[in-house]
Order: sequence, then C-alpha cells, then structure tokens
Amino acid sequence: MTIRLIEEDRNEPTVLFSALILAASLAAGLLTMAAIFAASGKDPVAGLWRIFRSGFFTSYGIGETLSRALPLALVGTGLAVAFRGKFWNIGGEGQILAGATCATWVALTLGPTAFPAPIAIALMLLAGAAGGAFWAFLAALLKNRAEMNETISTLMLNYVLAEFVRFLIVGPWKGKTQHGFPYTDNIADKLVLATFPGTRIPYLTVVVAGLAMAAAHILLRRTKFGYEIRVLGENREAARYAGIDAKKLTILMMLVSGGLAGIAGFSEIATNHKHMTYPDTISAGYGFTGIIVARLAGLDPRFIPFAALFFAGILVGGDSIQIAMGLPAATVQVFQGVILVFLIMGEYFVRNRLRLSFRGGHRHG
Amino acid sequence: MGKFEGVEMKGISKSFNGVFANRDVDFHVGPGEIVGLLGENGAGKTTLMNILYGLYRPDGGEILIGGKPVSMDSPRGAMRAGIGMVHQHFMLVQNHTVAENVVLGDEKAPFFFPVKATIHRIEEFGRHFGLQVNPASPVWQLSAGEQQRVEIVKALMYGAELLILDEPTSVLTPIEVKELFSTLRAMAAQGKAVVIISHKLEEITDVCSRVAILRKGALVGEADPAVTSRQELARMMVGRDVVLSMPRAELPRGSNVLDVDDLHVMGDRGTEMVSGVTFRLYRNEIFGIAGVSGNGQRELVEAITGLRKPKSGSVLLEGAETAGESAKVMSRLGVAHVPEERIKFGIVPNLLIYENAVLKSHHAKPFSDVVFLDYDVIRAHAEGIVEKYSVSAPSIDAPMKNLSGGNIQKLIIGREISGGPALLVASHPTYGLDVGATEYIRLRLIERRDAGGAVLLVSEDLEEIYAICDRVAVMYRGRFMGVVEPSTTPVEDVGLMMAGGKQVPQEALP
Repeated sequence: MTIRLIEEDRNEPTVLFSALILAASLAAGLLTMAAIFAASGKDPVAGLWRIFRSGFFTSYGIGETLSRALPLALVGTGLAVAFRGKFWNIGGEGQILAGATCATWVALTLGPTAFPAPIAIALMLLAGAAGGAFWAFLAALLKNRAEMNETISTLMLNYVLAEFVRFLIVGPWKGKTQHGFPYTDNIADKLVLATFPGTRIPYLTVVVAGLAMAAAHILLRRTKFGYEIRVLGENREAARYAGIDAKKLTILMMLVSGGLAGIAGFSEIATNHKHMTYPDTISAGYGFTGIIVARLAGLDPRFIPFAALFFAGILVGGDSIQIAMGLPAATVQVFQGVILVFLIMGEYFVRNRLRLSFRGGHRHG
Repeated sequence: MGKFEGVEMKGISKSFNGVFANRDVDFHVGPGEIVGLLGENGAGKTTLMNILYGLYRPDGGEILIGGKPVSMDSPRGAMRAGIGMVHQHFMLVQNHTVAENVVLGDEKAPFFFPVKATIHRIEEFGRHFGLQVNPASPVWQLSAGEQQRVEIVKALMYGAELLILDEPTSVLTPIEVKELFSTLRAMAAQGKAVVIISHKLEEITDVCSRVAILRKGALVGEADPAVTSRQELARMMVGRDVVLSMPRAELPRGSNVLDVDDLHVMGDRGTEMVSGVTFRLYRNEIFGIAGVSGNGQRELVEAITGLRKPKSGSVLLEGAETAGESAKVMSRLGVAHVPEERIKFGIVPNLLIYENAVLKSHHAKPFSDVVFLDYDVIRAHAEGIVEKYSVSAPSIDAPMKNLSGGNIQKLIIGREISGGPALLVASHPTYGLDVGATEYIRLRLIERRDAGGAVLLVSEDLEEIYAICDRVAVMYRGRFMGVVEPSTTPVEDVGLMMAGGKQVPQEALP
C-alpha cells in the first residue's frame, strides 16, 4: 500500500474558492501569531483580540487605521501596477522619502507665501509625485540601460535616499526653530492639509487615493498601456513578438508606481509631521507593507482599499500591544511576515489541486 | 537479471483530471523487434511509455516482464529491469563532457575517478552499435543528433534491453535519421527491443517491423507497415481520411512583395547567424526555407518581421526599405508573423482568448484609440476568428492556456491572416501538431497564397516543404545553399543541402 500526494493544475479557480483560500490563509496566519504569543508567555487570545480591537473597534483606533491606510493604499496601488508588469519594485520606502523631500523643499522655499494655499499645496503634491517618480525612474533606467535587477536597485536606492535625508536634516536643512532637533523648520500653517475634525485623515489625500485606485483599475483593464503591462508581465517573449516596447513601458509603470508613493510622502509631511525628520519616521515601513497590501489585493486596485485598511489596522493594533502587553516592536513585523508567507502559500493552493492517492502494488525483486 | 524475454503491458489505464490518457491498452514488444507506437498528439503514446519507464503509475492494468508481473515505481527501477528511454528533450548537463554525463547516472561506475573508467566503455559501445561520440567533448558543442547518440549510449550502458525513443527524428537531418535507423537495426539484430513513439508515418514505415496505433488513449489496432499503406495508417491514426498531398492551383507569379538583398544578421551570442542572404518573394507564392534549426532561420525571420535589427543589407517590402524598422511598424505595413514556439512567443497563456486575439494589432484601429481599448470590437473580432478558423474553445472568456496546441495555433493563424497581410511569415507552423491540425494549418497557408498573399514558410519538415511550397531555399550556417523548386528537385538533394553537403548556384534574380 502506498500513499502519494498528487499535484495537478487547477485550471479555473472560482471566486468563492479563491475567497475561501484567502480566509484560510489569514486564519492560518492568525493561528501562527497566536502560537508566537503563547511562546512568549502572553495570552494568545487576548493578544490577537487586542490587535483587532485597537485597530478596528475603538473610535481612536478607527481614525488612526484610516489615517495609516491612506499611504498604504497609495503605495499599494502603485506597486500593483508595477507588479502586474513583473517589475519588482521594493523601493517604496525610498520613493516615499523622495516625494516627502521634494514636497518639503517646495514648502520651505515658498515659506509663508503669498500664493493662495490651494495652489501652494498643489505645487507640493506635484513635487512629491515628481520626486517619487524620479527615484523610481532611476531604477527603471538602471534596468533598461544596465540590465540591473530591479529588486536590488530599488532596495539599494532606499538606503541612498534615507542617508541623503539624514544628511539634510542634520546639515543644510536643519531647522533654526527646532531647538537643535534634527528636523527641518515646520512648513507654513496654511500648507498643512485640512483633516476630518478630530482625526489625522486629510480630505485631499482621501480624494487623491480614491482617484488613484479608480484610475489604476481603468488603466490596467481598459487602456492600451494596461494591456501592454499585463502582456509584458505574463509573457515577456510574447510582448517582444507583439512589438511592445518593454523599456518604454518599464519607465512608464515605474513613473506611476513611484509617483503614487511620492504623493504618500507628500501627504505624510503635509498632514502628520509638518517637517522633514528621520527617514524611518516619515516612510514608516509603508513602502514594504505596501508590497503585502498589493499582494493581498491580488494586484487588483479594486481590492486595495480593503487590504490597506486590514494592514493599517494591524499596524495600529500592533502599536497598542507593544504598550499594553510589553511585546517588542518587531511583533508587528513578524505578524506581517507571517501573513505574507501564508498568502503566498495560499496562492499555490489556488493554482494547484492536491489529492491523496491510495493504491496497492507489489514490487518486483 | 537473465536474458531479456520481452515486455507486456496488459489493460493499462491512466487518467489525468478525469480525462483518460490511456484506456485499457495492451502492448507488447519482444527481443529483436522495432515497434512503432503511432498516434496523434494527445493520443497517449508518451503516457503509455512513461508508465513503462516508471514515471507514471497506471490507474489499472499490469506490466509483465518475461511473464512475471512487475511494478515500475521509478525510472531507476525500470533501468534495473532493462528498460531505457530517450526523451524528446534531452536530459544532459550542457557544461559537462559526454563521459561525465554518462557517469552521472551510472550505478556501476566506481566512486573514485569514475570518468576515467568509463571512457573506454563509451568508445566500445559506440563501435559496437555504430554510435560515434567523443567522450571528451562538452555536450554544448554537440549537434542534436550527437546528443541523441549520447542519450542512447547512456541507456545502453545502464543495461537497457528495451530502448524507448520519443519522437527521435524531430531534431535530426535526413542523414542523421538514416544513421539512427541503422543503429536501431543493429541493436535489433543483437536481440534488443526498440519502441519508437512517433506521429510521422514516413519513419514508422521505414524502420518498424510492427506498428501499434493509439487514438484518444485507446489501442486502435496493430499493422504490418510492409503491407499497410500510409493512407491506411493515417486513417487508423486520425479516424478519418486525411489529405496527404495538398491540392494547389497553378498560379502565375504575382508582383514582388519582399526583396531581401545581402542580409547579415547577428545572433544573441554575438556571432553572425545570417551571412549574406538574398531572395525575392512574390504574391501567389509560398517560399520555403528548409534547414535544421539553428542555422540562422530564426534570425532571418526576426530581421524580416522587425524583431531584430540586421547588421547590414536591405529588406524591401513592396519596394520600400524596411530594414531596422520595429515589429510594430512591420506589422502595420502588412507583415504577419506566426512565430516558432507558439506558446512561448505567440500567446499570453494567462490572458483570455479574446485578449490574445488582438495581440500585436491591439494598438491600432479599430481595436483601440489613442488611450483606450474597445473591448466590444475586440470581442467581436475574437468571436469571428474562433468561428472562422474552427478554434475549439469553451468561450472567448476562457484563459488561453486552456486550449490545446492545435487550437492555439489555429487562433494564431486566424489572428495573423485576418488582416489580409501582404506577407505572412510562418515559422514551424505545424511543429508538434497532430495530423488533423497540421492539415488544417497547411490548407490555410495555401489559401492565403491563392488569395494573393506571399507566404514565407520556415520548416524543418521536408514533407511539409514538398507538400506546399512553390520554391525552397535551403539554409545552412547562415547561407542559402541554393533555391530550388520542389517539383524538379529530388528530396535527397535538399537533404544533402541541409547538411551542407551540396550547393547549387543561386538563380539570377529576375
């Protein structure tokens, strides 16, 4: 009697099946987290519950979750576009920082300007988008000209920009009004984005993120550009055969991807920080978490809001368990990593069908 | 083990995903026999032999060796039982030498200095069966025919009494085929058994002493190729009458479409792959390029279709210089292209059928404007192709990867012909397709010619070249060995030219 595990292609997974696998992946991720809580001597049920309660079921938590979902949604949408074309942009952090830097520069240059606020803010937004797009463009250029692997170039460009920002805030941009702290001066009050009362949710960013997701969906599904991205991502050789200019496309999709991350950087500066400071504080890991958001949404911009809210809630809940349960800050990163691993495993089950085969058999000697 | 007494497979059944690949098949082969296993693609030939070789386990039925039931659970077990198999795609380590490759799977090789101990055995086997290979050559330097010899030597050295060959001639020149067949006859004369998996009638009737025919996973029957006509074998294989020779109207040569002059093209590895090719192609003409793959055909086709910039020379399309133009421009100028390796180049497997139906024309009217695609027009176009070119598909919303090879090719042909191109370039359009789909594709190419198109056909299959081409150029090492008319040239001459053994001066261009 032999038992074998047989792996077969699953040709067309149904939506329901995909949803079930997604739920199962998340459940498996939560169970693993529970085990990690238990192993560090904490009550697993209370730990998990605290994460979700703080993130999703308290009024403060909901506000914070929405606030943190905005940069995740912007970055995740951009990454979904690049990932569709199989350009592995993991430089979200650097692109956010580049956007933040350029937006800050515009704000500091304008100072307490005579420009009407909407125009000044629009200039900051455009500068943010341009900064993120430029930083992403460098990676596309390295890929096109030097065939440099984008995973490496985008990752390394993160460090370059982080060091540059550190240099700026202790050097030429160090604020005279900040009592020696490594901050730039604050941006003028009229350049700070208006928020929903009592929250840190800026009206402008909500609108821009919503438009970005809608536009990305239309881009991928309805336009020539999106069609070519999907062809390139699914079969590079066929794209060449079809006369698709992969280099041009790589640059365009990285401009979109980096531009959206840059807008997230602008929004963080103009809403929460009001000045440039340590790079980790500004980008806050959104560039990396955005990867998981894009993955969880199945690279479909329509699902980005849900994925962004989910992970924003976990980030908020994670902050809360650090304080309440005395767990290390890395707990949240572990949580994200665990979820990502199970999502990727779940994708395998969506694509393949496994079954056990029981059969008898005699061996020849 | 003792003397080889033959293998018998009884009532073998095997299904994948609920689809029968083999259904209650009986098959046997004895010492000294060369048995052909004939059938269309998907008829279950390779599955049956993979079961015998221990790669798959049957759902039902049994395998007997010398009358005793055995269970094959791995290729290693099959090798111990005296069964060897040479797959269609060779399984050799390219950077290793022949001897190193042979030693790699050899259970009898000593632990220390195994290569040294094996070299003389390789040479001995080579002499014995007429399989000349240099044990010290790295595999990547060998031609396809030589690599196949290495695989055969490997199987014999591991003790194979029964050798299974999967589509062995698909990569060989006619001369190499002859050499292979004489090796196989030598093996049979010494009491070894051979099974050849094939869908090519010619080779089956040439070398086999008996033929078993599979259709849709079931055994249709057996035949003696000495007394059974090819027509009859084809009917058993396909289940209906097949047109082996293609009806073609005699048409006067039309106006000039393509004028290639002294074209030089570099390959991916930085060596010149096309070295001064000159020819003209006219409307109402199918111009064949025969030759073994890798002699510059791909680079020539890519230069003509805009996928590769030529190093020098000119490509005139209806009188206008197009050398160096992009694939997008060439497509707009009326050059259609049925690419080789259709799944790798011609389609996007994970996109839907209707999305694949406009690949390459997606950027032009009526399928799109400056920014947006018009999916209504695209879907209607896809429906049209599916219907007109009898693509058997559940719906145009299905992923392309769900289609069979023949239906994928029909969709590609339909997509490329539908725009009424001035020039249709088709690379190995029927490679790996079954008889039915092959016949269909060839008829469409002829139809295109009759409708006033110029067709450039690249093929390794001389039967195909002879069946449909008006003129044939034979390509060898980047040059044309000559341009001949099939109607007045013996096929042996073309075979010789393919191997570089004969050259005819090229006709003066009219």
